[in-house]
Amino acid sequence: MSDPLLTVRNLSVTYPGDDGDVRAVRNVSFTLGRERLGIVGESGSGKSTTGRAIMGLVGHPGRIEADELRLGDTDLRGLSERGFRALRGRRLAMVLQDPKYSLDPVMSVGQQIAETHRTHLRSNKRDARRAALEMLEAVHIRDPERVYTMYPHQVSGGMGQRVMIAMMLIAGPDILIADEPTSALDVTVQTQVLAIMDELVRSRGMGLLLVSHNLHLVSSFCDRVLVMYAGQVLETCAAGKLSEARHPYTRGLLAALPRLGDRRTELPQLQRDPAWMADLA
Amino acid sequence: MITLDNVTIAYGTGARAVVAVQGFTLAVPEGEAVGLVGESGSGKSTVLRAVAGLIPYASGEITLAGSRVDRRRTTAQRKMSQMVFQDPYGSLHPNQTVDQILAQPVAIHRLDRGEARIVQALAEVGLGPEHRYRYPHQLSGGQRQRVAIARALILEPRILLLDEPTSALDVSVQAEILNLLARLRRDHGLTLLMVSHDLAVIAHLCERIGVMTSGRLVEITTATAMANNQVTHDYTRELLRSNAGFDRSSAYSTVPTPP
Repeated sequence: MSDPLLTVRNLSVTYPGDDGDVRAVRNVSFTLGRERLGIVGESGSGKSTTGRAIMGLVGHPGRIEADELRLGDTDLRGLSERGFRALRGRRLAMVLQDPKYSLDPVMSVGQQIAETHRTHLRSNKRDARRAALEMLEAVHIRDPERVYTMYPHQVSGGMGQRVMIAMMLIAGPDILIADEPTSALDVTVQTQVLAIMDELVRSRGMGLLLVSHNLHLVSSFCDRVLVMYAGQVLETCAAGKLSEARHPYTRGLLAALPRLGDRRTELPQLQRDPAWMADLA
Repeated sequence: MITLDNVTIAYGTGARAVVAVQGFTLAVPEGEAVGLVGESGSGKSTVLRAVAGLIPYASGEITLAGSRVDRRRTTAQRKMSQMVFQDPYGSLHPNQTVDQILAQPVAIHRLDRGEARIVQALAEVGLGPEHRYRYPHQLSGGQRQRVAIARALILEPRILLLDEPTSALDVSVQAEILNLLARLRRDHGLTLLMVSHDLAVIAHLCERIGVMTSGRLVEITTATAMANNQVTHDYTRELLRSNAGFDRSSAYSTVPTPP
């Protein structure tokens, strides 16, 4: 932890709007080491935008400002598109929610994985193919040779997401940002995909940033959790201790979750305090 | 109130028919709430659609309040069971105001006191008169789902069919909608048949839970038994485990090992 993989200090993302600027992310600070860090929050809280800002994917007219945004020794502030292209896949990787939309529909999944290898490691066709097959095996796909030739519409959601993970990890990035990686999957497949991601991230000593709205999932999967609301980090806590969270927002969210074995006639509804909107930093 | 007796539902005909649900038997007495869980493709939504009369069924029998129903239904039969869909972004007409959306079922069923019904339906789902002339895009996800519920309730149905009514919503909004559904059920004595992939949501609203995999109802149990882990089918057990969050000690066993 002495040498964080990613340092974010006072990150803000602003979009110009009709009624003045909309600050989607406000003064977010955190560091990511070789650990699993979760970001939870409701829609519109800025959790995905934070992930996209790190990837350099906030497009015009959005503006990114930060006192520090550093990947190892590389400053990401003001990095050109060309600079980001060299980093994406090689050092930063991102898995999105739905494999149906994030895979190229007209290219076999194997070729897509090999393409990443060829682009970043400047390998020849044969080496890239072999690496892709090894990667498919690493994500526990039973028959890599067969799956290599399949197209995205021929694979199931869980398999598609494993293909995405294979593609993202093939060039050995330092950091994996997973934005709701299992929300489109069945609960039983969710566990499987998370276990595979966990295994690979740990064995390769990577940092994982897991963005999710699912409190249960994040608190049971991650080491630390950032709770976001209205673009700010309200609270940071050890994931296992989310149930002891202090902020009324976090507590309100946890209370509002229905629980098996606890049939309450009425679920406590979250009372939003306008004070939560105020600038923290 | 709702009975399904050995119902088989297939999509397509002849050699290319896909049997989505097979030999499905379930009885829901008046006032009860029953939930169906299962993975995608297990046929749970198909059952709901057949009960709603949106798709025909191939064999068996579905009866609502004692009379056999098929896809062709009388107006009274249609009025009796109403459905709320998963995605409030997709199930409301984008070019119609809330007022128009609610006026349509009133007109189709030639009900009297249309004005009073709309006002009452909006009040019942917790929306104010200021929402009446808005378009869906001017409403939040939770408000849209309230409109969808109001549209179903305006016909005073006895059966409410819910297809993942909260899975597109945030946790805090989900709690509001679940509370609303529980209250409406109490006030109107509704019979509920609900589909969800979230065990905790189902167990919150429903007394009994049916578990489906590959088109069959493999287990029917109570919410209490489910909470106490008293289940018999392997798939139900797996569902319970996944529902509890990510457990490092058991998660790795779900990963298939390469040969």
